[in-house]
Amino acid sequence: MNVIKYISGIFKGIISLWKGLMVTGYYFVHPGEIVTQQYPENRKELKMFDAFKGEVTMPHNENNEHKCTGCGICEMNCPNGSIEIISKSVISEDGKKKRAIDQHIYHLDMCTFCELCIKSCPSKALVWGQEFEHAVYDRSKLTKILNKPGSTLMKGVE
Amino acid sequence: MAFSIYDLTSFNQWVDKGLNSVMSPLWATITEMAIIGVVFLLFYAVVGLFLVYAERKICGFIQCRVGPNRVGPYGIFQTIADFIKLLMKELVPINKADKFLFNLAPFIIIIASMMALAAIPFAKGIHAIDFNIGIFYILAVSSMGVIGILLAGWSSNNKYSLIGAMRSGAQIVSYELSVGLSILTACIMFGSLQLSTIVESQADCWLIFRGHLPAFIAFLIYMIAATAETNRGPFDLAEAESELTAGFHTEYSGIKFAFFFLAEYMNMFLVASIAATIFWGGWMPLHIGHWTGFNMVMDFIPPAVWYLGKTAVIIWLMMWFKWTFPRLRIDQLLTLEWKYLLPINLLNILVMALVVLMGWHF
Repeated sequence: MNVIKYISGIFKGIISLWKGLMVTGYYFVHPGEIVTQQYPENRKELKMFDAFKGEVTMPHNENNEHKCTGCGICEMNCPNGSIEIISKSVISEDGKKKRAIDQHIYHLDMCTFCELCIKSCPSKALVWGQEFEHAVYDRSKLTKILNKPGSTLMKGVE
Repeated sequence: MAFSIYDLTSFNQWVDKGLNSVMSPLWATITEMAIIGVVFLLFYAVVGLFLVYAERKICGFIQCRVGPNRVGPYGIFQTIADFIKLLMKELVPINKADKFLFNLAPFIIIIASMMALAAIPFAKGIHAIDFNIGIFYILAVSSMGVIGILLAGWSSNNKYSLIGAMRSGAQIVSYELSVGLSILTACIMFGSLQLSTIVESQADCWLIFRGHLPAFIAFLIYMIAATAETNRGPFDLAEAESELTAGFHTEYSGIKFAFFFLAEYMNMFLVASIAATIFWGGWMPLHIGHWTGFNMVMDFIPPAVWYLGKTAVIIWLMMWFKWTFPRLRIDQLLTLEWKYLLPINLLNILVMALVVLMGWHF
């Protein structure tokens, strides 16, 4: 019986090795299976996946309106103080004084991409941007003002 | 024969006569040796650089990557850039290392593979020394390389290097046996150890077809054992990056490391060219029986192309093995040799002897 076991062991070994060789051989003759991204060359057609955390952005609609009410919850939630909210008071149509955003300052150089600001925002004013080429020669360029100049609060967002 | 148009013997004789007519026979011999030495050194460097590139590309494709592709078109100058970098790097001196042996080890490895290269028949007329015991000579000098590995491991004064060197020693002592026996199986068919005779006797049919089953088994065993003998994956226990950092060449840097690196690839080339010469007919074109037209067409491809093509295919096989199989443990390595390859090999020799005796070959 040992002899049979020995010989069948040899053939089983050869078959299983051959299976492995077939897998790598398939990849060798199919260059289409290559998954490496040719980064600087494919910059134009490169599309990052949806969950990618590039930078915090505040989307604006076509009327230059955003959803940020200036409540400051993101500033409070930020663990290392990457967000500064400068608010102002505006007088609404019915004559009431109301708090509104003046500047939403975002320090990308300090951001740890923890997503707490985006998760805690009650009006969903912040989303992840897909931009990732953040290298600059001057650190101050990484301090961004997220709300565009002259933008206003979107109607219906409280 | 048709391939005589590619025969370089007359050219060699013309060079020999020319040299002898202008200088004394001693100086003529010395000049010839110098020319051959320079040619082999250049060949060594070119083959080494090319194989490193080929290995990285093949490994890349097998792992769904693209491999080097930045230096030059398709990255073909990558290894040249690496080599220039290695030449300019600092040679780090090791405290408490055995300085003499430490510096000697890379040279022993290089010399072993250079000496073996001398007996390889590249094409008709391109054959530095045609010993009547060519195969035996190649086996003898190529196994000298292990002394270099052992010296490197010992003189580095480093545990990892020593473990790597000892593993390499155990491995080569075992697998040398399989290499020798599988080549012996082939030599039963040829009745000669002279490499030129071996190639000539495969003019009608390569050994792997002529000796059918026993020759094929011998070829498989040779491939496994030769891969182990060159310390390549899946038998690269002597280096074993994940366990021993780099094994026997951990402490080497710069050009000394490059020597080990080049020698590894040159050994692979040597082993592949021995396999090509013995089993696939060396520079002999593919001839099929009485198909005269087909044989004529095959003869028009130069022998050097046949030789390099066969060697390249075998090198590709070895790289395919390396990037497919995981590394063996030392006990598995020795089990494979002593419990499987060796008994099968001995049985195979008997079968081959029977085949030759009864004339059951083509």
